[in-house]
Amino acid sequence: MSSAFWVILAGALATYLTRIGGHLVISRLERIPPRVEAGLNAVPAAVLTTLVAPAVLTAGPAEWLALIVAGLVALRGGLLSMFIAGAVVLLIARQFMA
Amino acid sequence: MAGQAADSRSSTSKSSMSEFWHGARFGLPVCIAVSPFGLLFGTLAVENGLSVLEAVFMSAFVFGGASQMVGIELFGQKVAPWMIALSIFAVNFRHVLYSAAIGRYLAGWPLARQAFAFFLLTDAQYALAESQIQSGRKLTFARYMGAAVTSYLTWVATTVIGAIFGKLIPDTSAIGVDFLLPIYFLGLVMDFRKRPLWLPVVAVSAVASILAYRFVGSPWHVLLGALAGVALAVILPPSRSGIGAAPAQAVENRA
Repeated sequence: MSSAFWVILAGALATYLTRIGGHLVISRLERIPPRVEAGLNAVPAAVLTTLVAPAVLTAGPAEWLALIVAGLVALRGGLLSMFIAGAVVLLIARQFMA
Repeated sequence: MAGQAADSRSSTSKSSMSEFWHGARFGLPVCIAVSPFGLLFGTLAVENGLSVLEAVFMSAFVFGGASQMVGIELFGQKVAPWMIALSIFAVNFRHVLYSAAIGRYLAGWPLARQAFAFFLLTDAQYALAESQIQSGRKLTFARYMGAAVTSYLTWVATTVIGAIFGKLIPDTSAIGVDFLLPIYFLGLVMDFRKRPLWLPVVAVSAVASILAYRFVGSPWHVLLGALAGVALAVILPPSRSGIGAAPAQAVENRA
């Protein structure tokens, strides 16, 4: 076994710890306090926003156009249709915009 | 817990098959979006001195794109081994939030299934699971695995292809693959727009993550931005968050 294998294994164990750790801590509580529950309910929107916002800031007009169209499609359609709409707009806009 | 476990076992294999395929279909955009990153990771891993086997081993056991990229970057720089492991831990620390939030919904599953599900808990998997719950459907093990296993296999398979054939892949930015994940994540953000406090949480997290991205750097913007949005929900009075008033979501899930 090379040393890289052991480093990867340690990284894998550390990662698993982060994936199960939050649950292990929360499940120790008998009852989830209302404010903690409110915080947990806010996790998805909060986390997902952080995966989009900086990318929007560093992107250009082609990406913005794709996000706007995809965002509008998302108001009516499902996830897959908004994704395809955004990808198609991006593909076309990249050919014409820098 | 035992009762719920028996419930899930009593469901016929036919319906768990259709549950699995439903999950797989829902996770299809993830498979498309992660493929270029899997190829890229495989390519870069080999360029940074890992063997093909080590690259695949990393994708199969860490299964976290951003942390793997940081890992191979450090492998290339002759950094102390414990620093590499610690960096992977730091980049992946955000999963603590997902784990805390999603654990409530997996609590009825047998322990081994829970342990396996947590192993596959990525950004996208977390978001898919939450959006299933949001839409009032029951999050079954088969449905969860339908999305999780397909994206896992895609990730490992594209790593293999990238590691072996990486040098042959042309520049993919012209066809826009590098920006597919932000589009996908925007769709998931929109999925949660009916939740209480959605707009203020999104606004605070957006500003905080952009500031953190500028002044602290990636990947900390994810954790810091998310914590700012979550802190807002904790600080505001519980009545504003819809807790107590209408716990519809919790009821649906227990049903």
